[in-house]
Amino acid sequence: MPILMELFLTFAKIGLFTFGGGYAMLSIIENICVEQKNWITHDEMMNITVIAESTPGPIAINCATYVGYKKGKLPGAILATLGVALPSFVIIFAISMFLEGFLEITWIAHAFQGIKIAVGILILDAAIKMIKKMKKKPLQIGILLASFAVIMLINVLKLHVSSILVMLTAALVSVAFFLAEKGRRKEGQA
Amino acid sequence: MIYLDLLIGFLEVGLFSFGGAYAAIPLIRDVVLAHGWLDDEMLSYMIAVSESTPGPIMVNLATYVGSNKGGFLGAVIATTAVMLPAFLIILFIMILAKSLLKNPYVQATLRGLKPCVIGVILATGIYMILGNCYVKAESRVDITAILITCGLAVIYFGSRKVVKKGLSPIGLICLAAIVGVAVYGIR
Repeated sequence: MPILMELFLTFAKIGLFTFGGGYAMLSIIENICVEQKNWITHDEMMNITVIAESTPGPIAINCATYVGYKKGKLPGAILATLGVALPSFVIIFAISMFLEGFLEITWIAHAFQGIKIAVGILILDAAIKMIKKMKKKPLQIGILLASFAVIMLINVLKLHVSSILVMLTAALVSVAFFLAEKGRRKEGQA
Repeated sequence: MIYLDLLIGFLEVGLFSFGGAYAAIPLIRDVVLAHGWLDDEMLSYMIAVSESTPGPIMVNLATYVGSNKGGFLGAVIATTAVMLPAFLIILFIMILAKSLLKNPYVQATLRGLKPCVIGVILATGIYMILGNCYVKAESRVDITAILITCGLAVIYFGSRKVVKKGLSPIGLICLAAIVGVAVYGIR
């Protein structure tokens, strides 16, 4: 099978069989791309994980683009990325046609009343897991608490401030601290 | 112009969602609430649907919102927009700047972004939970919802102490659906 076709089909399969988002997908990508196909090495997989976590966007897309480019240059990157997204696109597009009618059925509306609560817990759980993994230095903890407080305020007061603005501010604060520390170190050396 | 709004809105989401699917939820919430595309309730339903169907949650949400607001073309535009920044950045790193992530300024930026993202997700989760437990139309606290929230949280977090991996997200969603049918159906 030509490599481009194989990339597309393999990533379509990955897209079709992974539930629960990016991190679940990482282990499946590792299993298929490293162990079965030998497309990339274990070290590269570690690398991809770090890159995927440090760059924006869905982790699955980051991985597909990386592996696709490595095996098939630009066409490979495009096909692997399209492949990983295609199954969910088709499924969700089909669901979107009838979801609202579906929600008018009484018992399904009741089920979603319960599900709504589960989603809140899942989001909280995602945050807790990230807090456990993060480096707990004073600046990081400060940024976390400040962002938390600002977003709560925005929500409660219904302000029209995008969280992107909060994120950009946090990035600027961190860079400013980095520059200040760099300046201090230079002074110390002089 | 709905297509342009979808394009710009989901490019923003794709460009600023550091740290996986849940990091994108606050951004998607910003965009859909600002344009009035979905309310918090519908967004929760869609997150549950995205968790229970295969594929990246971000792509699922983009496809849904796009399709709902702009039909097939809207779905294609929103989905492409949410993926495009990730795609281009990975290509950029692989072709031109293999050591970009080691650059101290990039590192400093990421050190600021990551804890901020966690704070944003935490606030969104807590706000959504509080919103579930309060009936806005009647300005009263919904005691049933509080009890369900506590019960589900105990089962979800407690299950990890009993079984190694605990209850999966899809397991929690199924359980919550059953509890919802049972509790709200009987009342």
